[in-house]
Amino acid sequence: MNSWDAWIPLLVVASSLLPGLVIFTLSEDKMRLRTVLNLLGALVKLILVGWMIWGVYHGHHYETRLALLPDLELVLRAGPLALLFVSLSTVLWLVTTVYTIGYLEGSPHRSRFFGFFSLCVTATVGVALAGNLITFLLFYELLTLTTYPLIVHRGTEEARRAGQTYLAYTIFGGAMLLLGTVWLYTLTGTLEFTPKGFVSGLTEVHHPALVIIFALLIAGFGVKAALVPLHGWLPQAMVAPAPVSALLHAVAVVKAGAFGIVRVVYDVFGVESAAGLGVTGPLAAVAAVTIIYGSLRALFQDDLKRRLAFSTVSQVSYIVLGVAIVGPVATIGALVHIVHQGLMKITLFFCAGNLAETLGIHKVSEMNGVGRRMPWSMAAFTVGAFGMIGAPPIAGFISKWYLGLGALEAGQAWVIFVLAASSLLNAAYFLPILHRAWFREPPDAWPDEHDFGRKETAWMLLLPPVATALLALAAGLVASAPFSPLDWANLITAREFYRP
Amino acid sequence: MATIFLAIPWGVILILLPLATGMICFLWPKLAKILGVMTTFAIVPSVVGLGWQIASNGVYRYAIGGWSAPLGIELYADGLSLLMLAATALVGFGVSVYSVAYFERAAAVRFWPIWLFLLAALNALFLSADIFNLYVTLELMGLAAVALTALTGSKEALTGAMRYLLATLLGSLSYLFGVALLYLSYGSVDIAILATRVIASPAVWAALGLMGAGLLLKTALFPLHFWLPPAHASAPAPVSALLSALVVKASFYILLRLWLTIFGPLVGGEGVDTLLGLLGAAAVLWGSFQALRQTRLKLLVAYSTVAQVGYLFLAFPLAAAAGVTAWSAAVYLALSHALAKAAMFLVAGNLLRFGGHDRIADLDRVVQRLPLTAGAFALASVSIMGLPPSGGFIGKWLLLEAALAQGRWGLVAVMILGGLLAATYVFKVLGHTFTQADVPHEPNLVPASMEWAALLLALGAVLLGFLASPVLALVGIGDVFSASEVRP
Repeated sequence: MNSWDAWIPLLVVASSLLPGLVIFTLSEDKMRLRTVLNLLGALVKLILVGWMIWGVYHGHHYETRLALLPDLELVLRAGPLALLFVSLSTVLWLVTTVYTIGYLEGSPHRSRFFGFFSLCVTATVGVALAGNLITFLLFYELLTLTTYPLIVHRGTEEARRAGQTYLAYTIFGGAMLLLGTVWLYTLTGTLEFTPKGFVSGLTEVHHPALVIIFALLIAGFGVKAALVPLHGWLPQAMVAPAPVSALLHAVAVVKAGAFGIVRVVYDVFGVESAAGLGVTGPLAAVAAVTIIYGSLRALFQDDLKRRLAFSTVSQVSYIVLGVAIVGPVATIGALVHIVHQGLMKITLFFCAGNLAETLGIHKVSEMNGVGRRMPWSMAAFTVGAFGMIGAPPIAGFISKWYLGLGALEAGQAWVIFVLAASSLLNAAYFLPILHRAWFREPPDAWPDEHDFGRKETAWMLLLPPVATALLALAAGLVASAPFSPLDWANLITAREFYRP
Repeated sequence: MATIFLAIPWGVILILLPLATGMICFLWPKLAKILGVMTTFAIVPSVVGLGWQIASNGVYRYAIGGWSAPLGIELYADGLSLLMLAATALVGFGVSVYSVAYFERAAAVRFWPIWLFLLAALNALFLSADIFNLYVTLELMGLAAVALTALTGSKEALTGAMRYLLATLLGSLSYLFGVALLYLSYGSVDIAILATRVIASPAVWAALGLMGAGLLLKTALFPLHFWLPPAHASAPAPVSALLSALVVKASFYILLRLWLTIFGPLVGGEGVDTLLGLLGAAAVLWGSFQALRQTRLKLLVAYSTVAQVGYLFLAFPLAAAAGVTAWSAAVYLALSHALAKAAMFLVAGNLLRFGGHDRIADLDRVVQRLPLTAGAFALASVSIMGLPPSGGFIGKWLLLEAALAQGRWGLVAVMILGGLLAATYVFKVLGHTFTQADVPHEPNLVPASMEWAALLLALGAVLLGFLASPVLALVGIGDVFSASEVRP
């Protein structure tokens, strides 16, 4: 291991932290410098992550350790699982940055917005790279704090209320997490993420305590992952600007929660120990309830962003369900869905943002014939929607296939019914939107139309959703190609969780 | 070079320098501002010098005039003293920079000499090795603090200051009785000598009761906190910062020092520590609830101090079994709170200057118009809530660790609940900094130095979250914490 390898994880974190801090100091009119800094940071991060993917594939280790407490260290480690989430955040940060520049053009307080946006990505990348539970906790709380200013960005009374709700949930979750983490530390004396967990050495006397700790940790992460009944903040947080919703739903907040659950089950408890404690069954049940409940609620939302929000509640729990099924194939389904859901959901939110910015459309009922006015955006939306339903060959199909197969392999056939019901519900709330958009007559005038000449909307708003839709399509079409999300999920499962 | 540096009696400089410049400021008011800032700046390298001496030579002792302990006055500094001196130096310098722009000429003439006397008293207090010197410095500190509180001369300030005066005099008097008792019974006021002579006896119990009650009153531990909110809320912002950050900590330091050396090993297992823990828990909850109810920022911040002082006392019941962890937690919390709370009061001062009021609900788009001040409040809040990364988090983590390892569920619940309540009250403020007030007002300009002073202090509290290992290693010099674990 050469000396550089020890610093690359830290550099990955710094590549968004430093631009963010500099951007805070820039005045509003320094638009070009701000853009350059943002894109430079995103590109540097992309290159570093690409470098690490190549290295890890060939057996290198990238690990940064800094002293935090007398016996605890701040550990950033780029294992295969960490890289899966890091690369998702990095790619989507780049795309979202482009989108945000277009979206916020001319609106006030952009320096503040981009500053917190970069900090938010920094926290997400830190969550991804965290090599022990205290580092995870640190970045997880940082994520709470850095997303708050984004949610209340508009500075309205409604935004302030949504911010308070968000905090009420997440601070509570953070407290549960802190309690669980410290308690675990007093029992085990370590918090280092290890494949197959670090609690198996504890005797049976400690099992009741371990069950409670598991519940505390899951509650802490479940808030951000929007597990029912801890999901209440998510639909309210929709008052935030569209790029924030996109990032919150696809990568940053909900995914950090889901990723935390993956870490707890696999790297803290170890999936076999967790199953032995009997905690995976209840977790699967909670996930199943969330999947169905979220879909049902989505069905009755007329506000487009709220419908998408409830869809997120439902979809993120696929990851949790895959983890809780216990089995290698289901694990692959869960891991790959981290990436797939991110690609598809960010596409949908970008498109919702385009409709609002270009035509002033916020409601599903206003979407009649919008496909003719904005064919590219709606094409991207259609790919995302079919992906969510699970139609081949889009990425979502791969996730559902592996989840279903994994459930059968683990002898839990009931999961198939959950998946089928959810797919039906997905279809029930997405297909009417598509029908309206493509097959109904457009109204005489849109609610609040902006003119972009011959183009349907600004190119910086159009390019990102088209790109992510193509990625979602590609992830499904060439799923077995090397370095595809599926390939990498296979690698994680084979190397770490189900190592022979 | 290094040997000269090590030979300088930094401890003496820390006391005499502010005393001397305080006098000069008093005699030549024109020099007050410049001399005041320069003095507080010079204190910082002096503390570094003392720290260097301690780090290389171990515990620092200096016999004034060459007369050593039983006869003369001895200065003494170990890791714990050093930490308190460092907090004083940092907060003192930050507040001084702030005060240059804050005080008008007439007020400045009165502020600087008293503040420098207060600084001398604080430094002397942290360097004292005997309980009588501690009394003298405690009294000086209290009087200077009262004078600062009354600085503006408004009716509100005078009422607050009067209550404060009564509390502080009562507190030191009670402490003095305890000193007299101990001196009468054991023939010494030197802490180290007393520590070897005391045995469990009615006199010691009485001394503990008297000294403890006096110090708790001055530390404003629930239910003896009644004087703090009016005094801290009515004083000028930099004064409130000094009072909350340093003055309250000084009496806590004396209590901690006496407990570690004289009382703790003797009566630790007999319920006193549990009582202190209970009062601390009550303070955390009561102070937080009261903070939550306030509609004015300065009162909110003052009640938050009542709550945060409570955390320091949660260490007492935990220390018997986990001395080093619990005490490290307490002093780390004290240090972080000093920086964060000073920043918060300075922020309150900025907002008061900016909008002419400190009503929380009527804050008007502060995030846009005073971003540095809003940022300072946010960063300080992170530490006050105990969220990572911050010094407050490190302290809370260590305290939780000690409590969970001993299965003290009540204390665990208090800490978690206290953190949630703290988040609720600070975000009540932060939420309103984003929104527009119903009645927009013409803002007054806030000088940059006032914004930056608050921001840098708050940043210090956050950075402490990454410095736990070196700081705790330094505090360990003199091994004062492990001595407190109950003697078998």
